[in-house]
Amino acid sequence: MRGADDVDDSLVLLEQVNQALENATPLRIQGSNSKAFLGRTTAGEILDTRSHRGIVSYDPTELVITARCGTPLTELAEVLDAAQQMLPCEPPSFGDNATVGGMIACGLSGPRRPWSGSVRDFVLGTRVISGQGKLLRLGGEVMKNVAGYDLSRLMAGSYGCLGVITEVSLKVLPKPRQCLSISLEMNSERALLQLAQWGQQPLPISAACHDGERLHLRLEGGEGSVKAAHERLGGQWLEDSYWGDLNEHRLNFFDEDQPLWRLSLPHNTPRLSLPGRQLVDWGGAQRWLKSDAEAAFIRQVVDEVGGHVTCFSHGLCDTPFQPLPPTLLRYHRNLKQQLDPRGIFNPGRLYAEL
Amino acid sequence: MNILYDERVDGALPDVDKNELLLALRTRLPDLEILHQQEELKPYECDGLSAYRTTPLLVVLPRHLDEVQGILRVCHELQVPVVARGAGTGLSGGALPLDKGVLLVMARFNNILHIDSAARTARVQPGVRNLAISQAAAPFGLYYAPDPSSQIACSIGGNVAENAGGVHCLKYGLTVHNVLKVDILTVEGEYLSLGSNALDSPGFDLLALFTGSEGLLGVITEVTVKLLPKPQTAKVLLAAFDSVEKAGRAVGDIIAAGIIPGGLEMMDNLAIRAAEDFIHAGYPVDAQAILLCELDGVEADVHDDCDRVRQVLLQAGAIEVRQARDEAERVRFWAGRKNAFPAVGRLSPDYYCMDGTIPRRELPGVLQAIAQLSEQYGLRVANVFHAGDGNMHPLILFDANQPGELDRAEALGGKILELCVKVGGSITGEHGVGREKINQMCAQFNSDELTVFHSIKAAFDPGGLLNPGKNIPTLHRCAEFGAMHVHAGQLPFPELERF
Repeated sequence: MRGADDVDDSLVLLEQVNQALENATPLRIQGSNSKAFLGRTTAGEILDTRSHRGIVSYDPTELVITARCGTPLTELAEVLDAAQQMLPCEPPSFGDNATVGGMIACGLSGPRRPWSGSVRDFVLGTRVISGQGKLLRLGGEVMKNVAGYDLSRLMAGSYGCLGVITEVSLKVLPKPRQCLSISLEMNSERALLQLAQWGQQPLPISAACHDGERLHLRLEGGEGSVKAAHERLGGQWLEDSYWGDLNEHRLNFFDEDQPLWRLSLPHNTPRLSLPGRQLVDWGGAQRWLKSDAEAAFIRQVVDEVGGHVTCFSHGLCDTPFQPLPPTLLRYHRNLKQQLDPRGIFNPGRLYAEL
Repeated sequence: MNILYDERVDGALPDVDKNELLLALRTRLPDLEILHQQEELKPYECDGLSAYRTTPLLVVLPRHLDEVQGILRVCHELQVPVVARGAGTGLSGGALPLDKGVLLVMARFNNILHIDSAARTARVQPGVRNLAISQAAAPFGLYYAPDPSSQIACSIGGNVAENAGGVHCLKYGLTVHNVLKVDILTVEGEYLSLGSNALDSPGFDLLALFTGSEGLLGVITEVTVKLLPKPQTAKVLLAAFDSVEKAGRAVGDIIAAGIIPGGLEMMDNLAIRAAEDFIHAGYPVDAQAILLCELDGVEADVHDDCDRVRQVLLQAGAIEVRQARDEAERVRFWAGRKNAFPAVGRLSPDYYCMDGTIPRRELPGVLQAIAQLSEQYGLRVANVFHAGDGNMHPLILFDANQPGELDRAEALGGKILELCVKVGGSITGEHGVGREKINQMCAQFNSDELTVFHSIKAAFDPGGLLNPGKNIPTLHRCAEFGAMHVHAGQLPFPELERF
């Protein structure tokens, strides 16, 4: 299992955190910086996690892989691939050198998310350097573990604001035996209705995206179910690479100059009337919007249907993540204050108040 | 060390004037039903872990959320501890009352508020029973996946508080994977919504943090769960083995073949015989272990997978592989497993159910060690195992009327849990820490980790009024527990009662 570049550098990272604690210096935790465009710009001394890398353990029959934070996502994928397994939530890289730590800290999931679960759903355990300068082991390497509070899953999507994630154990699954992508011509209203209907049936859909003109579907499962679904749905054959291009924002849709917004919506939200162009992903639960509209306006429209908005264009607004209601923000501050009392971990990355 | 709340090691609790509290509650909430007479309180003195009992100071049975909010506000003002309780089926004493605290019973909030079939969600009150959700969703071809064995009685609020599991977790996940949104009231009586109707929400993932927090961070007032389309078909294979090692290896082989069964359960000989005696499921009573493997999904895939799994099982050395011929036989195969606990209960006046998890590869060694411990402590142990996800349920047989047997059962149970931690597992997979495993928490986590847990608690409930004494031990308790271990056999404070 050991690769040539494997290094346990956790004590060096710990030392740097302890220095920062002593001097009350804010840290900017980063791997390859591939997702630096997300969240607010923060100042601070750089804590580079890439030196702490390598896959610590992987036993395919246990369906668990444990990797250090600096391990490149490509390495993780290669190792899983060799055993015919995968991380089902398909986290996007947004760069060639994205790391495992950044993947957990940002908590972004790919096209399979509504059917497979999110990054946090696959987290079984983490090792974390705390705001007290301690190296903690949270969660574990087993599927079921309800001892103590679930801090490992709390770390997913926390943008490094609660501690330095040094290692993570993830649940993985066998790759489906069969995968087939198709596309069907229909408008987005009809596609959304159709998806809501299909969602109530045991169909082997594992990705669904509408680009304005066509509905793209991925079918995954055993030979029998994929074949039966294909016969029923028809459609034109589509390259499987479409999903990677969607996930990594390489489709033409993402090239346009306008700001990019991510809309997270309840399933079965009808087409939203917003200026600009939209791309429907996650069977309707995630929509990408290219629009010059004001943040406040987009947020209002999305808020009314029970969703939230993230700005994916760096520096466009001071609150790229949807502002929190006051009571919820207060408990976020309490939590930040408790876990990072000196305020050294990525201060302000998520919200100015944290 | 007494397992009941011990102010000496668990922290001092505020002294409460029962009459003052009663008066405050009656004045502020005139319609609230309050139980306060000794005989009324008796039925509430324990949850599903009946070996531990404490009579609560008061029991309140609110019918409206305004009342829950009012209760929390009064208790916060008067500094009264509050223990929330759902259906009271928990197996770790998570809803064990405090004699200085109010028991807040949420069971009357039992309405299914809305089923949205197109969005595949159900919005329910916390007292709704787990099975009732699936029953209400059935007309739409949908169901709620987590199915703890108490699903006929346990409530969804308790499921969220404990992050309940069941027999289908490997494929369908735990409660945390199947809940979208939880509304709570904080210790101060403020409403908070965690998660959302979308698949994620801004900020920290407080929904994940609250799931399984055992009532220490807030009181659950509403839950929105995900519903799944019912699998088209489900088939069960029963494989018999002449050794548990072979059965254990077969589990790894099934997964190595790229198959994730809907359910994958193992039972050892003692459990097989007990279940067969009780249910007549048709289990082979001479087998050292059986595996039940359920494959569910679309007809064509399930058919193929059954063939594949049958081959794998035979190659792994199964002496017999049977497929349930029809739905009736499938249900009967499962009935044996689902009734394994009461079946074992018929072999012995009492039994004590453990809930440790281990990496699956450690199974043969752990079972061997359990057999040795069983001999050493002179108590029989039957093993029932969620083999797919590594969650063991050793059942320790004992007779509480025999002096010393409960102590021995507890000591043996503690050893088994510490063994699980030693091989890289956990002291609890799905039942929760509650009060029962409070000491073993000291074996799984060090003081730095426990300190962080306490700081989480402080962020939501700095006064420590919500379910004190559960889930996270004080460092003081761990210090004493550690000292007990050092002087194995020579416990400090021999005069103290040990339940």
